[in-house]
Amino acid sequence: MEKAASYRFDLTRYTWLRRLLTSRWPQFILRAITLAGFVLVILTGFIGSPVGSRNFAVMFVWIAWWSALKLIMLPFGGRAWCSICPIPMPGEWLQQGWLVKPGGKMFNLGLRWPRRLRNTWLQSAGFAAIGLFSALTLTTPVVTAWIFVGLIVVAVAVSVIFEQRSFCRYLCPMGGFIGLYATMAPLELRPQPGLTPVEKGAAAREWPRGCPWINNPAALKANANCGLCLECLRTESGANMALNVRSFDAELGQPGAFRLDEAFLSLGLLGSVMIYSAVFQGPWGALKNAALNAGSGAWWSFAAFFLLASFGLLPALLAGASALVRRTGNLAQPLQMVFTLFSRALLPLGLLSWIAFTVSFAFGKMAYLWPVLSDPFGWGWNLFGTASVEWQPYLLSATPVIETVLLVTGLIWSGRTILKTAEQLGVRGERRWAAAPVLLFALAGTLTMLWLLIG
Amino acid sequence: MEKLAKILVVVLILLVAAVPLLGQQITAQPETIELRARMPENGGWSQEFIYGLVNVPIKLRMTSDDVVHSFALAQSSLPSVEIFPGKFSETELVFDQPGEYTFYCTRWCGANHWRMRGTIVIEGPASSDQPTSVPPLFLQRGLDLDAPHFARVIPPNRPESARASERTNALPDGLTDGGTVWSKSPEALWKDLKADEDLDDQSVWDMVAWGLNQQGSSGWMGQGRELYTQNCLACHGESGRGDGVMVRDLPPMNHDKMGSEATRPPDFSDPAVLLGASPALLEGKIIRGGMGTGMPYWGNIFTSEQIRSLVLYLYSFQMELEERP
Repeated sequence: MEKAASYRFDLTRYTWLRRLLTSRWPQFILRAITLAGFVLVILTGFIGSPVGSRNFAVMFVWIAWWSALKLIMLPFGGRAWCSICPIPMPGEWLQQGWLVKPGGKMFNLGLRWPRRLRNTWLQSAGFAAIGLFSALTLTTPVVTAWIFVGLIVVAVAVSVIFEQRSFCRYLCPMGGFIGLYATMAPLELRPQPGLTPVEKGAAAREWPRGCPWINNPAALKANANCGLCLECLRTESGANMALNVRSFDAELGQPGAFRLDEAFLSLGLLGSVMIYSAVFQGPWGALKNAALNAGSGAWWSFAAFFLLASFGLLPALLAGASALVRRTGNLAQPLQMVFTLFSRALLPLGLLSWIAFTVSFAFGKMAYLWPVLSDPFGWGWNLFGTASVEWQPYLLSATPVIETVLLVTGLIWSGRTILKTAEQLGVRGERRWAAAPVLLFALAGTLTMLWLLIG
Repeated sequence: MEKLAKILVVVLILLVAAVPLLGQQITAQPETIELRARMPENGGWSQEFIYGLVNVPIKLRMTSDDVVHSFALAQSSLPSVEIFPGKFSETELVFDQPGEYTFYCTRWCGANHWRMRGTIVIEGPASSDQPTSVPPLFLQRGLDLDAPHFARVIPPNRPESARASERTNALPDGLTDGGTVWSKSPEALWKDLKADEDLDDQSVWDMVAWGLNQQGSSGWMGQGRELYTQNCLACHGESGRGDGVMVRDLPPMNHDKMGSEATRPPDFSDPAVLLGASPALLEGKIIRGGMGTGMPYWGNIFTSEQIRSLVLYLYSFQMELEERP
């Protein structure tokens, strides 16, 4: 049962905007600037102060960028960051010999990404690995620098061996996180509605060459795998593509398939934000020490707990809830389908939980940015006169209210989506209450986050 | 188009790479020594030795790479300078005599905090009025600092200096002789006095307390307490029981296994421990450190007067002492 299409507004109907988007220069300039920022992060990480709160690498990556990504770019722009991310640039240049205009071939074997790995499992593993070392990464500049160097090296290696942006699509640890939650972004790149089969066929023949993300834009239905690189707009069939503004619920409100790897990523991200909240915002010193002392016995216990809770306990609980729904709702669909669709319905709670966590984390530490702006290396400079700005938490009294509103919004949004999903599965009428176990799962998740963030 | 793009990328990257190089050139202070403080586990002071000349100011610009530290110059009345992570503190030192001066951290920055020590080596002509140093009493007498020294005679009640001072006229002259009091344990002093004086045990113990009290200079109690709190309390504990936060996981002291492993310090609340130790012995222990407990040496950190105040303060764990007016 497909609902009527949600309202969409094509931004490219403005000629000046289409021209701006089809020109490669604005995007290239932004990417060049972020690449320079990337280099600065690596430099400050390696040769700047080892004190995290006084080093550009830690403050601008994990406080400024990471917060801006979760608070602004992701919820409002989906994969907007991916469109200006500098990580694929060096690899792409090696691969195709271009920085601005795609085409050509330099050092590239052009292999297709292994079929078995065309999913988000590796991205889940990468994100979990970052989570396991998060306390160390978020406080130690040199670790941040090594992570960035590692990302560049892996991205270059993948670009040389595999086709296009296989790294971004299948390997980037942030890519899975961003792609999954981009489902709820009010921005999408889609084919113009009403394309004739002839137009679609022509476009399909042309676009694969013009899509670094290895999509057929004529068939784009979801945000997850579209990196908003805008290259499809720049092909001869580009006029058939639209950059739409839509409602937040436009994609999630529609029936959609969800793979098992995506389900585990969805629940893994929900579990991760709970553990991040406990480590960074909680009062448990032993937990912080365990997370910080990578390699120690306590850290191994923390790592086991992290992985088991995020990728074992939560999926097991949701699978149990899904089985109850399936049984009490007399559903014919296999358990895996019920489980994956309900994990999709939990995406809003996951995203809003990340935003709520970021509110307290970022606003509590944002004041450290001003000294770092004037003294990026922590060498005692005062470039802009802000080196002596004292730390103070922002929005201290408003934070609990904002967090509560965000989490309750996430619960309501997920709750509505759970009910819609149940309805799509066939739980209707008098049997609507059969969805209660999954609703209770969402409620328990919300209460856990409220307890962790507000107490 | 591609060429322009490549130039732009290269220029931007070069600009970023130039930031630290140019910045360092612009902000460099050639006559200033940058000293980075790190927990001993992370490397300690970035410079173990600092070299200077007599009467030539040494400018130090200090920062911490981990936790809060503090820079202090040993055997000096200069106030210590706090060093915060990522911030810079500056101080200027001038030495009018050649020699080696110890600098150290006064903040309990970690388990091996006491290892955060360095040396400032000053060269140049010595002034003629340089004082000559006298070896401490434990060296003069050749005391064995590691030998057990438990008292067998224990006072019935806590000795009080004030009770003895009420009968000043009846106090023996020997109690004001610094050499005698400093070289004998309270127990030995009690035995000597007991043999000469026809007094009850407690009164003699009060006299011993009075005698020790006479050894301190003005303000010794406050100075001793401050030194103990800053430097000793973390291991010896607030009440001297040897249960400070830094040693709680260590086994108790065992003289038979001395030196085989780090142990807790002795329990100063046990009268047998302190009343069997002479001030000279305690002074030696403070100067030399060791004793199989991992205790640091303080001889090049504290002045003789500071050590004297500290020794007397230790006896206050067993006696009621009071500052002389």
